[in-house]
Amino acid sequence: MMRFMLLFSRQGKLRLQKWYTTLLDKEKKKITRELIQIVLSRQPRMCSFVEWRDLKIIYKRFASLYFCCAIEEQDNELLTLEIIHRYVELLDKYFGNVCELDIIFNFEKAYFILDEFLIGGELQDTSKQSIPKAIEEADMLQETMEEYMAKPTF
Amino acid sequence: MEKTLSALPSLLSLEPGAKLAAASRLGALVRGITELASKQKQMRECLVRLIYCEMLGYEASFGYIHAIKLAQQGSLMEKRVGYLAVSLFLNESHQLLLLLVNTVLKDLQSTNLLEVCMALTVASQLFPPEMIPAVLPLVEEKLQHSKEIIRRKAVLALHKFYLIAPNQVQHIHDKFRKALCDRDPGVMAASLHIYLLLIKENPDGYKDLTGSFVTILKQVVGGKLAVDFNYHSVPAPWLQIQLLRILRLLGKDDPVTSEQMYDVLDESLRRAEINHNITYAILFECIQTVYTVHPKADLMEKAATCNGKFILSPKNNLKYLGLKALTYVIQQDLNLVLQHQMTIIECLDHSDPIIKRVTLELLYRITNAQNVTVIVQKLLEYLRESKDEYVTISLVGKVAELAEKYAPNNEWFVQTMNAVFAVGGDMIPSDIPSNFLRLLAEGFDDEVEDKQLRLYAVNSYLALLEKDQVQYPQRFLQVMSWVLGEYSYLKTETKPEDIIEKLHCLLGKCSVSSETKAWILSAITKLFRLTLNVKVLPEVLQSYGNSMDSCLRQCSFELKQLVENREIMNTVLPLDASCDDIVVDASLSFLDGFVAEALGHGAAPYKPHHQRQEEKLSQEKVLNFEPYGLAFVTSPQASSVTGRQSPAGLSIGSEISCNSTEAGIKDSNSLKLDGVKKVWGKEGYLRKRESKVEALASLGSESETTTDTSSKTERTATVSEEEQEKQQLASSLFVGLGSNNLVSLMGKPQSSTQKVWRKSKIVEGQNGHEKAMNAQKTIVPHPPQIPNLMDNVGERCSLFQESKAMPLRKTSSDSAEVPTEQPAQGYDRSWTPSNNLKTIKAMPSASKEPFSGLFADGNFDIIQPANCRSAFEAHDQISGLAPSLPEEFAQHAHSKLELLCANENIALFSCKIWKEDCLLIPLFITNRSSVEVHNATVNFALTDELQTSESTDFPFPVVQSQTTVKCHLCLQMVNPCTQVLLTGHLTYQLESSHCTQEEFTLILFLIDFIRPLKLTTEEFGHLWLSLSNDVKQNLSFAPNAPEALSSALHTLQKELKLHIVDIIGTEGIIACQLLPSTPCLLHCRFHGGILSVWLRSPCSVLPDCMLYECQKVMQNVQL
Repeated sequence: MMRFMLLFSRQGKLRLQKWYTTLLDKEKKKITRELIQIVLSRQPRMCSFVEWRDLKIIYKRFASLYFCCAIEEQDNELLTLEIIHRYVELLDKYFGNVCELDIIFNFEKAYFILDEFLIGGELQDTSKQSIPKAIEEADMLQETMEEYMAKPTF
Repeated sequence: MEKTLSALPSLLSLEPGAKLAAASRLGALVRGITELASKQKQMRECLVRLIYCEMLGYEASFGYIHAIKLAQQGSLMEKRVGYLAVSLFLNESHQLLLLLVNTVLKDLQSTNLLEVCMALTVASQLFPPEMIPAVLPLVEEKLQHSKEIIRRKAVLALHKFYLIAPNQVQHIHDKFRKALCDRDPGVMAASLHIYLLLIKENPDGYKDLTGSFVTILKQVVGGKLAVDFNYHSVPAPWLQIQLLRILRLLGKDDPVTSEQMYDVLDESLRRAEINHNITYAILFECIQTVYTVHPKADLMEKAATCNGKFILSPKNNLKYLGLKALTYVIQQDLNLVLQHQMTIIECLDHSDPIIKRVTLELLYRITNAQNVTVIVQKLLEYLRESKDEYVTISLVGKVAELAEKYAPNNEWFVQTMNAVFAVGGDMIPSDIPSNFLRLLAEGFDDEVEDKQLRLYAVNSYLALLEKDQVQYPQRFLQVMSWVLGEYSYLKTETKPEDIIEKLHCLLGKCSVSSETKAWILSAITKLFRLTLNVKVLPEVLQSYGNSMDSCLRQCSFELKQLVENREIMNTVLPLDASCDDIVVDASLSFLDGFVAEALGHGAAPYKPHHQRQEEKLSQEKVLNFEPYGLAFVTSPQASSVTGRQSPAGLSIGSEISCNSTEAGIKDSNSLKLDGVKKVWGKEGYLRKRESKVEALASLGSESETTTDTSSKTERTATVSEEEQEKQQLASSLFVGLGSNNLVSLMGKPQSSTQKVWRKSKIVEGQNGHEKAMNAQKTIVPHPPQIPNLMDNVGERCSLFQESKAMPLRKTSSDSAEVPTEQPAQGYDRSWTPSNNLKTIKAMPSASKEPFSGLFADGNFDIIQPANCRSAFEAHDQISGLAPSLPEEFAQHAHSKLELLCANENIALFSCKIWKEDCLLIPLFITNRSSVEVHNATVNFALTDELQTSESTDFPFPVVQSQTTVKCHLCLQMVNPCTQVLLTGHLTYQLESSHCTQEEFTLILFLIDFIRPLKLTTEEFGHLWLSLSNDVKQNLSFAPNAPEALSSALHTLQKELKLHIVDIIGTEGIIACQLLPSTPCLLHCRFHGGILSVWLRSPCSVLPDCMLYECQKVMQNVQL
C-alpha cells in the first residue's frame, strides 16, 4: 500500500501532498522536510529508490517537479515508478502538456485525478481512457450546474 | 476559466517568503469566510485557497467546519470541493468527522452517480472503525450497482474497511467472491486487493481459488483483456503483479498448489522480454514467486538467469532490485552469489549509498564463521559513514548479532563490540549492551576462557579511559563502568584505588548523563569492596550526597552505608556473582508494624492510584459526557481472537465507555514488560548447564580458501593489481559458500535467534526436557546422513559438526535420564480400572503382535490415518479398556471422556473437570499392547495464556500390558483469551525399541476457566468502583416481556457459570471470576428490547472476551 505521495519543486517547495495513513500535522511536516532534503540531495544518476525508516521512497523527476511516493516493504519499487509515470501521463492528458504551473493553479484538479487513480493507497483504475472520462464528466456537470445556478432566480 | 484567472494574483502573493503578506491574507480569509458563509460559490474559492495555505504550512483549522458544511449543503460542484477539502484537512481521528456521517449516508443513497462516487471515495479515505457500521450496509449494496465504477469503488472501500476493522466485514466474504467473478476486469482487479490481505492471513482457507487465479493470470498474460488495460503494450501489469503475489502466498510450502502454477509462471517469465521498466517489475515479482513456491528446478534456473539481467544491468534501479532479489534467492541457492561475486564486490564501493547498503545486507545473509571478520569490517566502515539513525540502529544490531554468533576469538569479539558501542552511540538499542553484559557475566562453561574474556574487556576499557580527550557515548560508558565494577578484581596488577580514581574523574565530566552517573557510582561502590583505602570517598559523598537527582543521592547513601559496614557489603555485593539472586523481602513485610501504627493513629489506608482517580471521578460525574469510544470489535485483543463472529446482527450501537482519564489508567496498573528483554531473570543465570559447546575460537579463517574461489583466482592471474585486490576480497568474502550442504547446516542466518557461539545451554526443567525430546526425535531418523554431509563439506565443516551435533548427542542422553529420576512418583499415579480384568484375558492378543512387531524396530514415527481413530474407539468400548472417571473426579462437574489419540499400542483419554479452583485435565494412558511400555512420559506444552502450579511432565517408568495409568494437570488461565490450544506429547518405548512420540491437542475455552464469584451487593459496588477496564455493548434481545431480564440473566448464569448478585427492576448485576482470581463484573440493563451490558475487570482483555461469550449465549437463545 502506498503511504503517501508528495510533489515538490526543485527548490523544495511542496506542490501537492496526499497521505493515505493517519499522521499528525507535525509529523507530516517533519517527514516532508526530511524527504525533500534527502531526495534533493541525491545525484541524478543514482537509483530512484531510497530506504527510509521502514519505508521505501520512490521518486522520479519530471522537469522541475519531483514526484515522491512512500511504499511498504512488500511493494514493488519499479511498479510504483510506473504509477508515478502513469499519473504524469494522466495529468498530461488532462491539462495538455502539463507543467508545474498547471499543478500550482489547478491543484484541486490534480487531486481529483489522483483520487480517481488511487484510493486509500491502492490502485483503482489504470486506464488512460476511463480516468480522464470520469474527470471530464464531473467537470462537464459542474459547468452545466454552474450555468444553471448562474441563472437569475426571479 | 475565470476562477484560475482571478485566483492568480492572490495565489502568487501567497508564496512563502512573503510571510507577512500571507499572514495578513490569512486574516482576510478568516473574515471572508465568516461573511460569505451563505455564498457557496465564493466559499468554494476560499476553500481551494485554504487547502493551498495549509499545504504551505499555515494553520487553517478555522476553515474545517466550512469544508464540512460545503460538502453537506453545496450543490454538486461545491460538494466536490467540499469533500476534497474534508479529505485533505481531516484525518480518521478528527472530531468533526462525526458531522460528516449523515452527508455521506445521504450521498450514498443519491441517484446521482457523481455523488455516490464522491461519498465512496471519502468513506474509503477517512472513515474510522467506529463509523463503519453506519455506512457498511449501503456500501455493501453498491456491490450490486449497475455501473462498474461504483462497484469498483465499493470494493475498494470495503478493502479499506477490512484493513482497519477486519471483523466488521467478515460476514461479506462471499460477496468478495462475487466481485472476483465480476464481468468487469476493473472490479475483479480491485477485489484482488482484498484477497491478497485475506490470503496473507490464512493461506489455507483459499487454496480452492488457486485454479481461478491461475486462469485469470493466464488470460491476462495471453492478452485476452481489452487494450484499454494495456500499459506500454504490456497487458494489465498491475493485475499481473497482484496475481503473482497471491500465487506466491498460496504456493508457499505447498507442492500440490505450486504444481498448478508452474505453467503460468513459466509463461510469465517468457513473455516479459520487452526492455521496459514495467516488464522488469513483473519479472521481479516472478522471480520472487518462483523462489517462494515449492521449488522446481528448471523454473528456478530461468528465474536465476532473469535475475542475472537485473544485476548486470547498467541501470542502478535494476541493479538495486537484482541485489535485493539475491538476498531473497540465496535462502534457496547460495551458488548464485558465487556467480555474481565480482559484481557484488563492485557494488560494495558503489557511489550510491543505497546500493552499498543493499549489498551489505546481502553480505550479512551469507556470513559464516570464516568470512565474519571481513564482513563485519565492511559493515562497520559503512556505519561510520552513515548518518541516518534508522540505518545505524538496524546495522548495529546486525553487527552485534554476527559478532556474538561467529566470533573467532575473545579479542576480536571485545574489540568489535567496542566499535559497535562507539559507532552506535546513543542510538544503540538497549538490548545490545545488556546482551553483551549478559554474555560476559554468564560466561560459557570454560572458567579459564571466561576469565580471559573478562580480563580482556577490563584491559581494553582501562586503555580507552586513559585517553583524555575522547568522549564516549553514554551506553558505552555504562558498559565500561559495569565491567570495571564487576571484574576489575581479575586485574591484579592495577590497584582498585586507581580505577576508582578514573571513574571518579569520569563522574566529574559534565558530558556524562545522570543515568550513566548512577552506573558509575554503583561501579565505584563495587570497587570499594576490594580496598580499604577510602580516600576518594568523602569527595564523592559530598558532591552526590545532596544531589538534586534522587537516584544519584540514593546511590551515594548506599555507598556510604556499605563502606561503613563491610559485612553487609560482602553479602550484598559478592565477588563474581552478578548472576546470583539475592533474597529480598519483596512484600516489605518488615514495614507492617509501621503501617499498623500509622493506621492506629488514624491514617487513611493506602489506595492505589487508579482507585483514587476513579473515586474522584465517580463523585464528580453527574451527566454522562462520555464520547463514543472504539467499537469493541476492533480492539487489538478482539481481533486476535479466533472464531469470533461478526457482531453485525447483534450490536446496535457498540461503545466502550472511556473518558480520557479512564483510558489513561487502562493497563497502567500492571508493569508493561512486553518488548523488554529480560536480562536478569528471577532465577539468575546460574542454571545448571547441561551441555556445552567448545567455542569456535581456534579458527584461522583467512588462511583458508574454497576450491571454487581459488580456481577462479588462478584463471585471472594476470589481471591488474586492483583486480587482484578485488579477487582477494572476493575470496575472503565468499569463503565457505561453495557447497549447498553447508547452507543446510548453517540454517537460515536471519531466522536463527539462537546464537551458535558459546551457546546450547539448554534451559533446565520442562523446557529443556521438551527440547531434548525434540532433539531426540529429530536425530533418530537421520543418523546415517550426517557423515555424508561431512564428507562433502570436508574439513571446514568440522566446526559445525562440533557445534550442532554435540549438544544433540548430549541432550538425547539427558532425556533418557529424566524418567528414572522420579520412579516412585510415577508408580503412585498408575491406576488400573477394576472392571477390565476379565476382558483383558478375552482379548485376542495374537492379532496385535504382528502390528507391534512390524513397527517395533522402525525408526520412524507412526502416522495414524485419521479415520482409524473411530475404529479404535469402538474397539476400546468393546474391550472395556476405556477408563471410567474415578470417584474423586466424578463428584465435580465434568465433560465426557474423550479419546485424544490412539494407535495399536497406546491410547490416551482425557476430559475436562471443572473444579472450583482450577480446570483439571486428567489423562489416562492405556497400554493396549501385550508388552510392557517403558519410559512413558507425558509432557504438556503450556502457552502463555495458561499456568499450572505443578510440573507439566509426568513420567511413568513402566506401564503394564493392558493397564491404564493416569495423571492430571491443574490449569489456570493467566491471560484471558476465548480459546486456547493445549498441546502435549507422549513419548514411550516398547520393549527395547526406539522412542515413539504421540502428539495430542485439547481445545480449552474461556468458559472452562470462569467460576461464579459470590459477592454481596455492597461488595459488588466497592469492587465496581475500583476496576478500571470496562466495555459497554448493547445486545438486541427479542422478547420484550417484564421477566425477560431475569430469564436472560439466568441463561447467562447457566451457560457461563456466573453468579447473579442482585436484580433490581430493569437492572441486574452479575459477578464471575477467571481462574486463578481475576474478577469480572457485569452490569445489565434492559429497556426496549435491548440488553445493555457493561463489563468491568482489572484485566483489560477479560471484559472483551466475556462480552463475546455473552453475545454467543444470547445469539443461541434467540435462535
